Amino acid sequence: METEILMPALSPTMKEGKLAKWLVSEGEKVSAGDLIAEIETDKATMELEAVDDGILKKILITEGTDSVEVNTPIGLLSDNDSNEKEVSKISKTDKKNILKEKIPVISKKEESASKTVIRDSNNHRTEVHVKENSVDHDSVEITVREALRDAMAEEMRVNKNVFLMGEEVAEYQGAYKVSQGLLEEFGSKRVIDTPITENGFTGLGVGAAFAGLRPIVEFMTFNFAMQAIDHIINSAAKTLYMSGGQMGCPIVFRGPNGAASRVGAQHSQCYASWYSHVPGHKVVSPWSGSDAKGLLKSSIRDPNPVIFLENELLYGQKFDVPTSEDFLVPIGKAKIEREGSDITITAFSIMVGKALSAADQLSKMGISAEVINLRTLRPLDIDTIITSVQKTNHCISCEEGFPYSGIGAEISSQIMEKAFDWLDAPVKRITGKDVPMPYAANLEKLALPQIEDIINAVNVILSKS
Amino acid sequence: MSTSELPLLDDSFKKEEDTLNKSKIVSSKNSFSKETLLNFYNDMLLIRRFEERAGQLYGMGLIGGFCHLYIGQEAVVVGLQANVNQKDTIITTYRDHGHMLATGMDPKKVMAELTGREAGYSHGKGGSMHMFSKEKNFYGGHGIVGASVPIGTGLAFSHYYNDDGGVCLCYFGDGATNQGQVYESFNMAALWNLPIVYIIENNKYGMGTSVERASASTDLHRRGESYGIPGVAVNGMDVKEVYHAGKSAIDHARSNKGPIILEMKTYRYRGHSMSDPAKYRSKEELAKMRAENDPIDCLREEMMSSKMLDEKSFKEIDKKIKERVIEAAKFAQESKEPDPAELWTDVLLEV
Repeated sequence: METEILMPALSPTMKEGKLAKWLVSEGEKVSAGDLIAEIETDKATMELEAVDDGILKKILITEGTDSVEVNTPIGLLSDNDSNEKEVSKISKTDKKNILKEKIPVISKKEESASKTVIRDSNNHRTEVHVKENSVDHDSVEITVREALRDAMAEEMRVNKNVFLMGEEVAEYQGAYKVSQGLLEEFGSKRVIDTPITENGFTGLGVGAAFAGLRPIVEFMTFNFAMQAIDHIINSAAKTLYMSGGQMGCPIVFRGPNGAASRVGAQHSQCYASWYSHVPGHKVVSPWSGSDAKGLLKSSIRDPNPVIFLENELLYGQKFDVPTSEDFLVPIGKAKIEREGSDITITAFSIMVGKALSAADQLSKMGISAEVINLRTLRPLDIDTIITSVQKTNHCISCEEGFPYSGIGAEISSQIMEKAFDWLDAPVKRITGKDVPMPYAANLEKLALPQIEDIINAVNVILSKS
Repeated sequence: MSTSELPLLDDSFKKEEDTLNKSKIVSSKNSFSKETLLNFYNDMLLIRRFEERAGQLYGMGLIGGFCHLYIGQEAVVVGLQANVNQKDTIITTYRDHGHMLATGMDPKKVMAELTGREAGYSHGKGGSMHMFSKEKNFYGGHGIVGASVPIGTGLAFSHYYNDDGGVCLCYFGDGATNQGQVYESFNMAALWNLPIVYIIENNKYGMGTSVERASASTDLHRRGESYGIPGVAVNGMDVKEVYHAGKSAIDHARSNKGPIILEMKTYRYRGHSMSDPAKYRSKEELAKMRAENDPIDCLREEMMSSKMLDEKSFKEIDKKIKERVIEAAKFAQESKEPDPAELWTDVLLEV
């Protein structure tokens, strides 16, 4: 009897990985628990154990193969006694279908629009056209994760006061591999593994910032920053005011925010509205690779505290990102990702991708949607939103967070105050559901806003008006 | 009250103990110059008279909100601050007026902040608990119990990062020693060998709850043992003992030996804040402390009995201090309130 050895999912968000190395060869006997292969995910290299005793009959995916999707058979294990020989069930062409083509790195000066692959929660892929302001810059296609790393590395090279601290940022190379290579380049004085004590190391970072250093404090996720929110708000955001302008706090608090995938209520929450509520700091939430790099560089240079809300599911997505070290995205400016005339859709972080997918599908229905990537939540670029609404007369706001007192509530309130007469229909909020995040796959999907929710809401609003 | 050196953790700190014992021996009555003792006296008396005046202005409705007075604890900050150099940084909690004066901040501008005026250190936007002086390396002034401890540890981190030879003096009360973030800080300071002196001002009560009722172990100087941080208990009512303990501790931190804890056994005469009825302690306890251990009275008596200074000279000093404080109070009352436009400034720095 033969058993297929499948490409394992080694993290909640892993969709594919590299089969780095086979540790046993064909015909070799293995016991349950033996290490048989090394798998490289986007986060780490992991060892794969045999789950059964047997003989490795056939290697289906050779070592060194990139982008092997989870659950792809990578080898065949037969019973020790079995002599069956129907091994080559999977043909070469099948294998080819399983493997995605590796996207080549591009560097085109005038490439102002590129295709970006976006996945919804069902893992459906949609290609959308993304305009990047890379006209004046050479650009390269890299992941959001790499863009964030490059931003930190570039700023650390030019300013010796910039340092990175957080859990697993140094030797582990980042829990989500964002700080990969930084320890090697900058050493342990500037890339600092902290104990798991968010409140303590956040306060320490604030003190260092008061003294004139420029800390980047990484939270493994923003869920854990709740342990430290007193320092983020009371110590970092308020001290400039309380000191009559004497004591600035140039610090960046960054890390993944919002839902990841199947990690339950305590690890899946969007804190955008929490931080945006408070004066004294800025709140930034990037979507694309350019957003990530340009906004993080601006945040590190900013003399104020900046809350930098990333998204774990975006870390692996690739975008064209300008390579120039002078490339910055200004804080406080939204970006119109797609122009349209019938309705304005505002979104930030992962919801920008969903909004663009929705806009693509809406265009096939003859509806022209304008998609605004907010980029900064505080200060909010309300002017760009109002100008758009004056053109489209309709607006939907999208966010993953809870509806109550959310970003959408603020946007809709400001539109009502500033552009009431321009509206042909009430502003609609697309949000996460008003429940703690469930674990079950179907319930999690129901709890999170989907592309279809945006499309449906647009149709309802436009048919009403 | 007598100074008690702590039972030490391990041999590595034995040397420190010896130093402290030695310094105690050296601190015989005449080992300080007249000038040094006079400075101690002046600084302590300035804080005492300033705080008394602040209490008075509070009673008149000129100071609002919370106002935590330092009366009784003057020897702690004066003895310690006499050891710092220009690179050292200082941070404390909300009972902070004494620390500001001891770091050399202007009593007029401190008092003007208490009255919420434009001329105050924070232009009236901080108040009693939130004053800062970059010039004097005074980093506040923090209102959340325990929160100043990791921030102070961050100041120490900056000394380590810049390798500038500076030390952070991080003051907090006995009440704060039960906060989790204090231990998170101890851990990191020991782990990274940061130059910091943690000064626990044990005035016996965290608001109205005595140390005994709040703390499972009351030897607060031993709170760093798990992290290998040495600690010393010091008679915080004696400015000379404080000075010597502070000197040893600061030398320890400055010579890359890592963090150290000083537990200053002290006493506050007034309530926790102005609205404290003080039902949690007896009048006799307070009266006995004042009569037998007052840091200012004790120093004056000592200097008089050793013929360093006579009563007339002390009266002159007292008069000068009183004038300074009256001048500060006058300044604080005459300064104008902040301009309404000040409401919107200093929220963010312009980019």
